[in-house]
Amino acid sequence: MSDTPLLKVRDLSKFYGSRIGCQNVSFELWPGEVLAIVGESGSGKTTLLNCLATRLAPSAGSVEYRMRDGQFRDLYRLSEAERRFLMRTDWGFVHQNPADGLRMTVSAGANVGERLMAIGDRHYGNIRATATDWLGRVEIASDRIDDQPRAFSGGMRQRLQIARNLVTNPRLVFMDEPTGGLDVSVQARLLDLLRGLVSDLGLAAIVVTHDLAVARLLSHRMMVMKDGHIVETGLTDRVLDDPQAPYTQLLVSSILQV
Amino acid sequence: MTDLATYNFAYLDEQTKRMIRRAILKAIAIPGYQVPFASREMPMPYGWGTGGVQVTAAVLGPDDTLKVIDQGADDTTNAVSIRAFFQKVANVRVTTKTAEATIIQTRHRIPEAQLQAGQILVYQVPIPEPLRFLEPRETETRKMHALEEYGLMHVKLYEDIARHGHIATTYAYPVKVEGRYVMDPSPTPKFDNPKMHMSPALQLFGAGREKRIYAVPPHTEVVSLDFEDHPFEIQTFSQPCALCGAKGSYLDEVILDDKGGSMFVCSDTDFCEDRQAKGHRGALAADTAEAAE
Amino acid sequence: MYVAVKGGEAAIRNAHKLLADRRRGDRDVAPVQLDQIVEQLSLAVDRVMAEGSLYDPELAALAIKQARGDLIEAIFLVRAYRTTLPRFGYTKALETAQMQIERRISATFKDLPGGQLLGPTFDYTHRLLDPELAVDAPIETPGQRDEPEVFTPRVTDILGHDGMIEEDGELPEGAVAGDLTREPLTFPLERDLRLQALARGDEGFLLGLAYSTQRGYARSHPFVGEIRIGEVEVELEVAELDFPLTLGTIRVTECQMVNQFKGSAKQPPQFTRGYGLVFGQSERKAMSMSLCDRALRARELGEDITATAQDEEFVISHSDNVQSTGFVEHLKLPHYVDFQAELDLIRRMRAEHERNRLAGVETKEAAE
Repeated sequence: MSDTPLLKVRDLSKFYGSRIGCQNVSFELWPGEVLAIVGESGSGKTTLLNCLATRLAPSAGSVEYRMRDGQFRDLYRLSEAERRFLMRTDWGFVHQNPADGLRMTVSAGANVGERLMAIGDRHYGNIRATATDWLGRVEIASDRIDDQPRAFSGGMRQRLQIARNLVTNPRLVFMDEPTGGLDVSVQARLLDLLRGLVSDLGLAAIVVTHDLAVARLLSHRMMVMKDGHIVETGLTDRVLDDPQAPYTQLLVSSILQV
Repeated sequence: MTDLATYNFAYLDEQTKRMIRRAILKAIAIPGYQVPFASREMPMPYGWGTGGVQVTAAVLGPDDTLKVIDQGADDTTNAVSIRAFFQKVANVRVTTKTAEATIIQTRHRIPEAQLQAGQILVYQVPIPEPLRFLEPRETETRKMHALEEYGLMHVKLYEDIARHGHIATTYAYPVKVEGRYVMDPSPTPKFDNPKMHMSPALQLFGAGREKRIYAVPPHTEVVSLDFEDHPFEIQTFSQPCALCGAKGSYLDEVILDDKGGSMFVCSDTDFCEDRQAKGHRGALAADTAEAAE
Repeated sequence: MYVAVKGGEAAIRNAHKLLADRRRGDRDVAPVQLDQIVEQLSLAVDRVMAEGSLYDPELAALAIKQARGDLIEAIFLVRAYRTTLPRFGYTKALETAQMQIERRISATFKDLPGGQLLGPTFDYTHRLLDPELAVDAPIETPGQRDEPEVFTPRVTDILGHDGMIEEDGELPEGAVAGDLTREPLTFPLERDLRLQALARGDEGFLLGLAYSTQRGYARSHPFVGEIRIGEVEVELEVAELDFPLTLGTIRVTECQMVNQFKGSAKQPPQFTRGYGLVFGQSERKAMSMSLCDRALRARELGEDITATAQDEEFVISHSDNVQSTGFVEHLKLPHYVDFQAELDLIRRMRAEHERNRLAGVETKEAAE
């Protein structure tokens, strides 16, 4: 890991009227590091993720990102053009529902190739070869390349969404309950795949999940949220094996040991 | 009875013409960019060339010679109607000869004969937004143009190749102008796209119902979107024009009987007649046929 | 032998002659006069004035006659004429509270200052065809009562006294109301331009959308606060004069729809408004307009946009019947250049398909 963080978050807050979405969140994320944000529904973890990914404007605080040129930039001061460019090159966003992240009426190949075309790739054969390669990496048979995601199972759709995001070699991927809504056996396979990809590619990732097993398997470090606040943060194994905050203790004891 | 006002030269009042000219100047300054303008109701229906008519009315002067074509022909009803309109309201000289015209208003074709410096080609445009069928929202497409987000355009071409082995867009084939804006060339066949590139003539596009004007100034780069390994190609016809024998012109198929018999003739009637006047003959030209009888 | 299709000019000339003949119809029947149309088909005249955006009954009647009774064609004729007229200036906002009222009803209050006036309405007529109208039966002259003129405040002004309803929208300081006939529309629109577009929008289109809001697609719990029909003065401010110049009176229909609003973080619960104003007498149009106006305020009021009637780009882009009819009908213009290109493509693709099929058969046979 590098000695400079990739992302610096300072006192991030988001209010909906008088209701708290999240409040005073600060942390740093390092290149290649996977951070899990866990908590029950309504704890503010998705709000926080959407603020970090600039899908929501926060009420206060700052998020700085180290661009590929090494300079830190305040995400909320980027122009819309810069932000959109960042989102389709250096970042990925994996939605819980694959339909939110895929073009359902466009072939799998085009779904993967879209980002390449968006950044100027103009060689059909190369785009198709890259798409084929990525479908292989997410374990989708290459003869499905011209099929639309509508014809795919839930697990396949999720893997296609991951391929679509990773094709431009992003440095940071946001994931919102990436295994939510899948069968247990399908979940296990997807987690395995994700873990392999993240470590092979040296990706940094922020994963929102209510499932401590997902955090255990994927993340190096985790933050526990409750009512919009961070109640505990630390290395994943430490937090899960030796929770300090009463709420984390409750959370850990309330599920089967993983 | 209310006295109907007499109409100004070329129908539109001078204020309106000035407004349209300003839009045209802006369009010329930003090639391929769609400039909103306060399109007026015209005495012909929206969708029937009101954009082209307004642009023509704004650039037309008493010394101009006007040619109007629809589907390449001067004698199609809508072309006749628009030509008659300008004869009535502007009393300008009209012609069917491409070379004689200073302004050519067109729907769906670019003349076969090379246009010259000083000529203006005015296109009638139904849907100016090349992204419209990928994204119906004006607010969103405006943003996509501003940010040069044209990836979706290539997704469509990619899908064509994946499904058909080649790009299946035959008309209104999108182009990139001067390396910046993606533009709809109006529903001309893609056969005509190469004629837009580096044309010495000024090309103006008017969309009345959608209230947009855009332009390709003379000698501007106009590139049809494609892939390096699936380059843009134009239609070719397996036979020459049956009337003038021209090869490499765009042909209309004319049905001759109800048994599948048909012939192919130039869609550009002036081009075809000009060739015939110069003695060129195709397989079914009148005098050849008569001689055969 | 092939003869190219020629003679577009002659065809058009002949078609127009035939049109003139059919328009006149049987010469033994007396031609309809413009004053007959103005007097006896006045609601058709009103619709043409409203959607044609030109208040001139005689011209509207001429347009109806010229269009053989096709109202959208008549609206188109009036619009094409209107657009050539010079602009002298913009009148002051109509004072509908000062209206010389012929009809005024409220569904929200049983009795109110100025009272309820039914006026010349189809409401409560039994829709039975009346053979009397086929012959020229004499019509009784309605009685008239001389009463002192009473001020008839608008219901929304009455509700406004205690803040039960939002105030009339106000333009920001120094803002000038837009003019959609002089500037291109760019979305999103402000309400002034939206109301202009709705006022000239197609009655049928707006009626359908308004109906959809009542059936759950963007429900707004509407009440007719008030509908009033009558004559209002049109006033123009002239720079040289220190009082506004009265140009005359026009007949308009105004509808104030009162809608529920639960309030937001910034605003207390209060009623909101949907507004409709139409030239002439047309309650259906004014009511539809006010329901659509209210639905289209979803963004401003922070409501979820879930239904078609709330979708400003969709509604406004498709509400103008002159635009709609032009583009739908343009499909009958020749498209044979494009069609040729498509024909060629389909032929090519069919040939490829056949080749692939045959190749498939061969491979299969070879495999067997």
